[in-house]
Amino acid sequence: MKDYIVNFWQGLFTILIGMKVTFKHLFVPAVTIQYPSVKPQLPERERNRLYVNMDDCIGCDQCARACPVNCIEIETVKSVPGDDLGTTSNGKKKALWVTTFNIDFAKCCYCQLCVFPCPTECIYMTDVYEFSEFSRENLLYDFVTLLPEERIQKKKNFEEMQAKKEAEKAEAAKKAAEAKVAAQKEKPEVKPNDTSSENKEENK
Amino acid sequence: MMYDWLYNLTGSEILSMFVVSLLPLFVFILPFALFAVLMERKVSAHMQDRLGPMRVGYHGILQTIADIIKLLQKEDLVPTATDKTLFNFAPLLVFMGSYAAFAAIPFSGFFIGSKIDLGIIFIVGVTGLVVAGILMAGWASNNKYSLLGAMRAAAQIISYEIPTLLIILTVIMVTGTLSLYDLSEMQTPYFWNWLILGGPAIGLEKVLLIPFMIMGCLIIYTSTLAEVNRTPFDIPEAESELVSGYHTEYSGMKFAMFFLAEYANMFAVSAIVAVLFFGGYQSPFGYLGNTLNLPWLIPIEQFFWFTSKGLFFVFVQMWLRWTLPRFRVDQLMAFCWKYLIPFSFVILLLVGLITLI
Amino acid sequence: MALKTEEMVLNMGPQHPSTHGVLRLELQIDGEIIIDVIPHIGYLHRCFEKHAEAMTYPQIIPYTDRMDYLASMYNEFGYALAMERLMKIEVPERVEYIRVIMGELQRIASHLVALGTYGADIGAFTPFLFCFRDRERILHLFEITCGARLLYNYIWIGGLSHDLHPDFIRLTKEFIKDFRPNVKELNDLLSYNRIFIERTANVGVLPIDTAINYGVSGPNLRASGMKWDLRRDDPYSVYHKFDYEIPVGSGEKGKTGDCWDRYFIRVREMEESLKIIEQAIEQIPEGDVKSAIPKRVKPPEGQIYTRVENPRGELGYFIISDGSLNPSRVKVRAPSFVTMQIFPELCKGFMVADVVAILGSVDIVLGEIDR
Repeated sequence: MKDYIVNFWQGLFTILIGMKVTFKHLFVPAVTIQYPSVKPQLPERERNRLYVNMDDCIGCDQCARACPVNCIEIETVKSVPGDDLGTTSNGKKKALWVTTFNIDFAKCCYCQLCVFPCPTECIYMTDVYEFSEFSRENLLYDFVTLLPEERIQKKKNFEEMQAKKEAEKAEAAKKAAEAKVAAQKEKPEVKPNDTSSENKEENK
Repeated sequence: MMYDWLYNLTGSEILSMFVVSLLPLFVFILPFALFAVLMERKVSAHMQDRLGPMRVGYHGILQTIADIIKLLQKEDLVPTATDKTLFNFAPLLVFMGSYAAFAAIPFSGFFIGSKIDLGIIFIVGVTGLVVAGILMAGWASNNKYSLLGAMRAAAQIISYEIPTLLIILTVIMVTGTLSLYDLSEMQTPYFWNWLILGGPAIGLEKVLLIPFMIMGCLIIYTSTLAEVNRTPFDIPEAESELVSGYHTEYSGMKFAMFFLAEYANMFAVSAIVAVLFFGGYQSPFGYLGNTLNLPWLIPIEQFFWFTSKGLFFVFVQMWLRWTLPRFRVDQLMAFCWKYLIPFSFVILLLVGLITLI
Repeated sequence: MALKTEEMVLNMGPQHPSTHGVLRLELQIDGEIIIDVIPHIGYLHRCFEKHAEAMTYPQIIPYTDRMDYLASMYNEFGYALAMERLMKIEVPERVEYIRVIMGELQRIASHLVALGTYGADIGAFTPFLFCFRDRERILHLFEITCGARLLYNYIWIGGLSHDLHPDFIRLTKEFIKDFRPNVKELNDLLSYNRIFIERTANVGVLPIDTAINYGVSGPNLRASGMKWDLRRDDPYSVYHKFDYEIPVGSGEKGKTGDCWDRYFIRVREMEESLKIIEQAIEQIPEGDVKSAIPKRVKPPEGQIYTRVENPRGELGYFIISDGSLNPSRVKVRAPSFVTMQIFPELCKGFMVADVVAILGSVDIVLGEIDR
């Protein structure tokens, strides 16, 4: 019987205390803001969309290697001697043309692991967080400032240079071989060994 | 009375009866339901330190209208495997049951839908139709969980009608009349004469009655809260555990009817508590119309006081909803049968003894 | 003639009204009483352990965040601790203190989610919003330090990614001052409410020997009466320098080890965490947080098992390294996985409506169970 009364009294009492708490909260001003009209001030270290300053990028591939989800795609082309790529803002001389620098923001997990290894601090996080698109392909951002023709041009330049170098090397090798044959011919004939005469015939 | 005034004006019984019965619906209940939905959302938001609807209209005033337009233009789905007649009829029954109760509630000294002598018993009888409607909705949905929910709701409503009736009997014993209009007239426009403070009689009887009246008011408020399926008794309608409730299969206008019926019901039971214990439409401090000698002002004042009391109790219902957790089904039944009913019986007995003095 | 009854199988499908993740519970019931519960997991499996074998050690840290997404700092903490013990790196003291502060703040945030959603499951919607309002302040503290609110990538192998923000200590002190009265308010509103006690006391009782046999740890074990906390019994980092209590369930409102005990232990743990944070802020030394971070993480060959005290229990990392840049095997011992084993035991004999109450009190996170 005593339990019964205690139960009842406790029930009523705790309900009234709860009601007092809620009533007090009626007069507390709201802690929410009306989002699209009022935007909160985000802190400076906030991790939002990345941005790459291509003038500073030296194409070292550190950020692509650090990314855990492989969302950065970088392709570089060696520069032909005589091309002037300029210097980065902290004085390094650039030696590579960056022809592809794609970041797929649909894959990016905004972890900031690519920002730390960059030697020139050209990749960093901005304060843009409202960049949604209607189709997924639009989230593949291309940061390279060269025009498509220029990229093809740079590649071709490099390939031509490569080809030229190969040709020169082949030329030089052939010349060296011919010079060697000529030198051999001028020298007195060495006592023929079975193997040496066979070698000479193969060299011809 | 409104009916007599209209009869004198038009001379036709049917027309005046028509107007008198439709007036509460269009002028009062529908606007009130629209307002109550918004009030619930705003009150709950402010209690939770946030703002609620803010975009539609100034601070969200037109939000309910947008909701009603949305519900009206929804597709009215009727699943094929249901019992179509029952399925379509159930929301109507629930709405009719809640709304018909307003016929006997006095909105002011001038207006009462129907001056029936059986006032309060009529109300209790008609709101019993709601149980039938709920069971029909649960059965016709052809859904295991709806049926379970509907049966629990029916059990809950039927059990909680008993304490309600017992307390109503108590009040009837004290005052001697069933008609709500006479009950309100008896509690004169000064708050010390209200039934919660013992009633209009003067003497020892009045003082002795006060604690029982207060207890009785609490008990009837709690049991009518259970009748309306509000938290903490909202097992049938909450997105609880796995039973989704008896109105899952309804969409569009039929769902809107369940919805409106709930808010109309809320007001009806608040009005009943106000009439029984807090003086109905009487003002607590006397009438301005009397002091200024403007007799036509009095019904307007009475209507204002009636609405404020009803709104206050509706606000307390909402306040309770956002504070308390839910009961489990067996605890709900235990609460009714083991706590409320014994208390109501004891109150009935003791008040009966006191009235003999 | 006796009435013939049958068992019914009811499915609480992968989509719950009460949010604990995607978990499917198959309930075998007889009327209202539960006979057996079979949980089906795996809806959130993301192959973390296999994926870790393809990445370098620092790249794994964002993935460890995403396992128990409500307590990310502790996941990183456990992993970094395991790697540091494997590579025998000594981190500066400032790093240790900051890690402890972040870990305890994360514990408070995680418990706030657990308590708020538990109240919402039971039907009280208001404490949910109050808990989340307080949690927003903690997430703001994390945001100014490392830039993210939920998945941090902050605790690195050998140090931290950023030093504390200049405003951090001031804001933390303000938060502690505002939070203590809020805990009292939560108690008034929910913990001591009679209806809540009726719903949760004597429901889902976990006897202490069952808990120890199954390997349950964390608040669930402490609520059953056993005083076991890895911060005291297997100390790591600088926890031995602080003075705090280990709350233990005592059966205040029912049997020891029921849902109310598990709920209330978490409330008391939040208060103890506040004490630890206050002491850590007083004692924190100066230093450089990045001085001990190795250039390339190439641990020697070997294996190691390290355990830390997650807000949900004992989180263990077992790492096998073969001397190269990628691990050979990373295995995670998730506390919620062990708790899922005990869930059918807890539910037997109670009603269907109690399943939700028990599930909420045990506080699982599906990200951790499924990895």
